[in-house]
Amino acid sequence: MWGSRRLSSSGGHFLGVVGSGCRVGRAERPRLASWAVYSDSQLIWTLQNKPWIFSEHRTVCFKSCRMTFSSLNRIKSYWPPLTRPYSAAHTTVDSSEVKTFLALAHKWWDEEGVYAPLHSMNDLRVPFIRDNLLKTMANHHPGKPLSGMKILDVGCGGGLLTEPLGRLGASVFGIDPVDENIKTAQHHKAFDPVLDKRIEYKVCSLEEIAEETEDTFDAVIASEVVEHVADLETFIQCCCRVLKHGGSLFITTINKTQLSYVLGIVFSEQIAGIVPKGTHTWEKFISPEKLESILESNGLLVQTVAGMIYNPFSGHWHWSENTSLNYAAHAVKSMAADHLGPADFVSKEETEAPQAEASTISQVHEELKE
Amino acid sequence: MAARLALSRSCALPASARKSSLVSCRRWSGNTADTVYDVVVSGGGMVGAAMACALGHDIHFHDKKILLLEAGPKKVLDKLPETYSNRVSSISPGSATLLSSFGAWDHICNMRYRAFRRMQVWDGCSEALIMFDKVNLDDMGYIVENDVVMHALTKQLEAVSDRVKVLYRSKAVGYSWPGPFSMADSSPWVHITLGDGSTLQTTLLIGADGHNSGVRQAAGIQNVSWNYDQSAVVATLHLSEATENNVAWQRFLPSGPIALLPLSDTLSSLVWSTSHDHAAQLVSMDEEEFVDAVNSAFWSDAHHTDFISSAGTMLQYAVALLKPTKVSARQLPPSVAKVDAKSRVLFPLGLGHAAEYVRPRVALIGDAAHRVHPLAGQGVNMGFGDISSLLHHLSTAAFNGKDLGKDSE
Repeated sequence: MWGSRRLSSSGGHFLGVVGSGCRVGRAERPRLASWAVYSDSQLIWTLQNKPWIFSEHRTVCFKSCRMTFSSLNRIKSYWPPLTRPYSAAHTTVDSSEVKTFLALAHKWWDEEGVYAPLHSMNDLRVPFIRDNLLKTMANHHPGKPLSGMKILDVGCGGGLLTEPLGRLGASVFGIDPVDENIKTAQHHKAFDPVLDKRIEYKVCSLEEIAEETEDTFDAVIASEVVEHVADLETFIQCCCRVLKHGGSLFITTINKTQLSYVLGIVFSEQIAGIVPKGTHTWEKFISPEKLESILESNGLLVQTVAGMIYNPFSGHWHWSENTSLNYAAHAVKSMAADHLGPADFVSKEETEAPQAEASTISQVHEELKE
Repeated sequence: MAARLALSRSCALPASARKSSLVSCRRWSGNTADTVYDVVVSGGGMVGAAMACALGHDIHFHDKKILLLEAGPKKVLDKLPETYSNRVSSISPGSATLLSSFGAWDHICNMRYRAFRRMQVWDGCSEALIMFDKVNLDDMGYIVENDVVMHALTKQLEAVSDRVKVLYRSKAVGYSWPGPFSMADSSPWVHITLGDGSTLQTTLLIGADGHNSGVRQAAGIQNVSWNYDQSAVVATLHLSEATENNVAWQRFLPSGPIALLPLSDTLSSLVWSTSHDHAAQLVSMDEEEFVDAVNSAFWSDAHHTDFISSAGTMLQYAVALLKPTKVSARQLPPSVAKVDAKSRVLFPLGLGHAAEYVRPRVALIGDAAHRVHPLAGQGVNMGFGDISSLLHHLSTAAFNGKDLGKDSE
């Protein structure tokens, strides 16, 4: 549309100044909605997190900023009413993240390669998802415990988590903005005729399918994704939108603490090379308290928050009471989001974290015993 | 064909074995019309059939496809024959638990088995003796004919025929595994070629094909093995008089151990491990001579010498000073009156042990992994132990939605 073309000219200039840019994504992906444009997200992110850039390139930036913002206002009028007005970025996909993952698109299924920690994380996340979903089902088929469930795996990558869920009987829809990832995932599942039927993949972002898949899914999984999205608020809104009432949202991500900077970025990326360099940005990590507040303000009641610890020597993950590094959260879409009064909300938030953790620990201990 | 041979690893292929299973690391861009089985068990003996049965009855495998390949024909046992088979096994209580977990033990109980409560093991040259029994004289183990076990397993396999398919008279002639690094365009499954030319694919291949395992050879797993210079003679013996017959007897002679295992009040099974020559003599001598040989093997003290007797008594005295123990009196086994005609058979004995039991997409169980001397009655029990352990891992993996072949812990 004409709006986006205008934007690309000014946006492109701006991006050139900042020194980063990913036109690849924009050119190749088919657009469902005219408002999913990447340069805006880049602008907002940079403004929030790297203000020093502007001090150096002040005049140039200011001019292009003004142009971009005016175009933005025009675009705003085309947005669907659901989007909250205070969030200027209206896409959840971050193009620099897309670029990082594009480089590693073929390595997903190498179990001893860069994605080895994600493979072994399945030992924790599959039972976590499976057991919490089984609680909501009255009876289930032996051998196919999740049969009848429709699951959406957002940011499915190469399908590492999608395939085990498919094996457990669920119908899984995996989406990812990087089309090389989806190609790898589709190729891998093609070898198994059972999985081929149960899993479907698509190259798109969450907001692109949010409208047509409203109220469809029994569960939405965003594992190791929320620390890569550009606009978390919109992302959670869309997750909530596509979930059925009573449906579950599962998130695994990294906490924003000093420890996660030291171990998660400095040690894992730069020293030990457990995670490829540049995969994570500490500013995008989110604490469980903040995540809970976003979830609750969108009508998702948090059921469980549990910490996960990776042992780089054994290559295995373990549940932990400590959420200062990685953690998993399970929330359920409630019937009424706006029944919560402010007082309830505050006290709930304060007591939620330790209480949830305490109840999780006994739950996790039970699981461990099994 | 030539290309495949050229690619095969030279260390695993002696010239004679080239005709049998082929080692192939070639990446197979497979025919996707083949059914992909979740597990294929190669070898339908007691351990292979029990593995397939256990998987078929496991609750987390209800959605999976399992195949059992057996080279021989299906053995149908309409009626239990009156004469006992000469091949019997001592089933330990742990194995009995496994068999009852998928309902096979009930069938065995309905057919026939013999529980024994005591075991006496003593020496041929001295008074050395060990007596085994359990607290309250519980059952220590069960002597069951191999045919009875097979029949019970076959019945239970039929009960889960929607999940477990059994192919009789199907011998696998070739196996090929995916390459060591995952290539995007090659099939990640194991390919099996059968004798009739058909092919199948599976995520996990379990080798239960005996001590000359084709699966083990094809996978290139190193095997330490040697032949004992012994053969075992088996026979079904009639006792002189009916007794309670719940004791298992074993005597260690200079030539090898001789064992008498109870089958019924009047019948016992013989397993006599001795040199090849002596074994050949025993099988060919006439029945009366054979019976005399057996009785004297258990009863005669011909190998006792004064030196050993006095040394033994002194040692016992010294030990009794330090720690007084109850000295068990040596009992004598029941005497044998007759041997069943045509029940005398011999087979050679050897040892075998595979260097690895599991590798990606392959697991070895039973004699394919470990072959032992029958003197302790543990061969098939270890195989059943393999099954319980492997089943536990596979079941957990299936419940976690994992790719079964990758679970190589």
